[in-house]
Parts: sequence; C-alpha cells; structure tokens
Amino acid sequence: MAVQIAEVPDTGAEPDRQAFKPDLERIEIELLLEGIFRHYGFDFRAYAYASIRRRLWKRIEEEKLPSMSALQERVLHEPAMMEKLLLDLSINVTAMFRDPSFYITFRQHVVPLLRTYPFIRIWHAGCSTGEEVYSMAMLLREEGLYDRSRIYATDINEVVLQRAKAGIFPLERMQEYTDNYMRAGGKRSFSEYYTAKYGGALFDQSLTKNVVFSQHNLVTDRSFSEFNVILCRNVLIYFDKTLQSKVHSLFYDSLAMFGVLVLGSKETLRFMSHEECYQQMAPPEKIFRKVR
Amino acid sequence: MPYSIVAIGTSWGGLSALTNLLGGLPEEFPIPIVVVQHRSKDSDRLLAQLLGDATPLKVCEVEDKDALCAGTVHVAPANYHILVESGHLSLTTEEPVRFSRPSIDVMFTSAADTYRSETIGIILTGANEDGASGLAHIVKRGGRALIQDPKTAEIPIMPEAAVQAVPTAEVLGLDDLAPRLLELSRGAAKVDRRTAV
Repeated sequence: MAVQIAEVPDTGAEPDRQAFKPDLERIEIELLLEGIFRHYGFDFRAYAYASIRRRLWKRIEEEKLPSMSALQERVLHEPAMMEKLLLDLSINVTAMFRDPSFYITFRQHVVPLLRTYPFIRIWHAGCSTGEEVYSMAMLLREEGLYDRSRIYATDINEVVLQRAKAGIFPLERMQEYTDNYMRAGGKRSFSEYYTAKYGGALFDQSLTKNVVFSQHNLVTDRSFSEFNVILCRNVLIYFDKTLQSKVHSLFYDSLAMFGVLVLGSKETLRFMSHEECYQQMAPPEKIFRKVR
Repeated sequence: MPYSIVAIGTSWGGLSALTNLLGGLPEEFPIPIVVVQHRSKDSDRLLAQLLGDATPLKVCEVEDKDALCAGTVHVAPANYHILVESGHLSLTTEEPVRFSRPSIDVMFTSAADTYRSETIGIILTGANEDGASGLAHIVKRGGRALIQDPKTAEIPIMPEAAVQAVPTAEVLGLDDLAPRLLELSRGAAKVDRRTAV
C-alpha cells in the first residue's frame, strides 16, 4: 500500500521528502529483530510494535544513521551497538510502593489468604531494579509473614538484577517513596528501612534474606515452580497480544489453585484464554484469584 | 469514510473544552476518539467519569491493548504514554517526553504513523507546547489538523504553539469544533482553510 500523499493537498502539508513506506519499514524492523534473535539470542520479535519501533528510531537518530537497515548493519557487526540497543529496549521504570492503592488492597484482601498457608511462595516476574520486591518484603514483614515467605525475583536483564541485589537506591527518591509508603498503609517509619551510605539509600539487608534473585526470560524460559502469588506489573504491556497470551499460560501453569495473580493497574486479562479461570478480587485493582 | 481516528490533546482548561467539544458529538459518531489530557500522575478515573457525563459517546480510560471503537472516547490514563497501533492502543511507561506522561506528541506521532492521511489531530487549550510537533507530524503524514482558536482558549499557549508549528491548520472557535468534526466524519466536507490568527 503506497502512501496517499497526493490525495490530501488541502492540508497544505509539505509532502514527506523521503516518502514514508510503512510496509517496507515493517519488513526492515522484522528483519532486524530476527537478526538480533538469531545472532545474539535476544527475542524481541513479539514485542508491541509501536513501542519497539519508537525506541529503534530513537537509537537511529542518536547514531545519526540513515535508515532501519543501517541500524541492522551496525547491530549485527558491533556487539557494543547491541549493548546500547539492549538498554534502549528494556524499560526499567519502577518505584517503591508504586501505585499505593494496590498495596492497601493487597493487605486487605490477599494477606488474610496468605495467613492460612504454612509456607508462601511468591514469584515477582520482571522485577527490574527491585524496588517493588523490597516493597513487598516490607509489607510481608509488617504483616508477620516474611519468615515463612520466599520471593523469587526474576528479570531478563542481569545488570538490573545486580542492582536489585545491592539494594542501594537513589537518595533523591526517598521523599517520594516515603509518601508512597504511607499511602500504601505502611505501619512503621519508612526511614527505619534504610541508611544513607555509598552515595545512596542502602536498604536493610535482612529484607532480602528470603529473596532469590535470578535471571529468567518470560519469552523463552519455562515455569520453574508452583507459586501462591505471581506479581507481574507493567511488564506485559511491552508484548503483543500473542505473546501476552503465551505468558499468561505460563503464569496459569505456575500458580497453585486459589493462587493470586497481580497485574499493572492498566493491564487486563480480557480476551486471554485463561480469563475464565480467574476472579478479580477487589476491582479496580488488578488482583486475580485462580479459581479453576 | 476517509478518517479512522481523531486524536485530541490538551492540558490546562482541557476538561471544560473537552466537555464542550465531546458534548457536541452524537452517540453514533463513527470515528474512534483518543484523548490525552495532562494531569497529575496520581489522578484516578474521575476525568473519564466527568467526560462520560458530558457526552452521549462512550468514554473509557484506556487499558493496555484496548480495541479502537467507533462511538468511543478513549482517555489516556495518568502516568502512562499511549501509543496508537493498527486497531488498538498500547500503553508504555517509557520516560516522560517534555516532562509529560502521557505525552500528546507521542500519541499524535504514533497515530500519524499508523493511520497517516486518515488521522485528524486537534489541539485545545493548554499551558505548554506539547502537541505542536505531533500535530506537524500528522500533517506531514497527510492527516488533518484542527486547532482551538487561542482567543477562545482558557490558556492560549498550547494552541498558539500548534498554530506556529502548523500554520496551515484550521483554527476554529471552541463551539465550531464539534460541527466541523461532524462534517469531516461525513466525508463530504468542503475544504475551508482558515488562516491563523
């Protein structure tokens, strides 16, 4: 399908100097992602198209390259360019007690269920730099459940996992986190959990006593255990619907019966093949219980 | 029908301008509408509720991969960017653009790249310059640009920036935007290019 510039002269638009050929661009992007997968093993082929396209163009513009194909040439021949692109393509936006209302609802509706279990297994999928893992650890400790819990915190990216393990977060965000913590129903003083050290806020290392940080790729790796709770917030939005559906099968298979699945506040199970297997516990929070 | 999407961006004063614009459209308006209104990152679903009371159209806050629907106003949620894909919308938490998330430029650009000449972009009242380059991108891809006349805007900065970026856009008073959209949706509109103020 050609660009129909000729049909719309009335806007007074300057026609594109280099005609925009979306179908050709799609071919170039698919070839690039296929090349990355086959050469480096990173699989971005089923990521949401508009977002990955936007981030590829940002890299092209930063490197002052003429086209998507030129980026392919560089990426396939220069591992350093792949490293850069890998950082561009992994979104690591997170915060402690992000969406405080979720934590309040979790305390009210999920904690009572967890109290009935002798041992609690939690999978935090796509944990990034770990802020939300530490948040959950604090919540479990305050509810008296931490000692019988184990949190498996996974991410595709080794670099962010190392930072999660270190537990040092930017001091300048502590005001925001303190505010979130209070609104999330925190029961202590947030400042008890960290000390200013190494140019940042070093968090209480006993919070990770029962946390296992490990690399796991949601696109290619399989289930590795059975869990009572799976948290995966604002990760699946970067996948297309087919891949979302595949990952939901993985989560379903990894959840114990009556286990709890937590998604980001604007994510949904609608049109997923397992939609009927879950009940939403406390709308509008995206906390779902596996019931069949 | 030549248009597939109406993309609207606004910030300060947007609620009352949107109420006016959307309130003037009928329930069966055939083109999906996507709205980015700047707001605080903690704000809840109230905006969609207020707009829903003001228009016969269905108003919903976007969830990831929502299908674009006729007769529906898709409102960007606080603290997410919204990207227009073919037939649906995706959300991302990528970095704010010009301090904004959601960013009007990001939404407009993705709409233009996906629907090209089938895109209508509209800039309303606002206190910053977000949206101007996105609107220019819509026109570059062959789409159509409408701008609220800055003289009728609660804060003229956003529409003025848009007029500067897209001098050929149609500049209309707030009350004239809904009737113009209806004309365009019928596909029988006679082109009436007005000059910028």
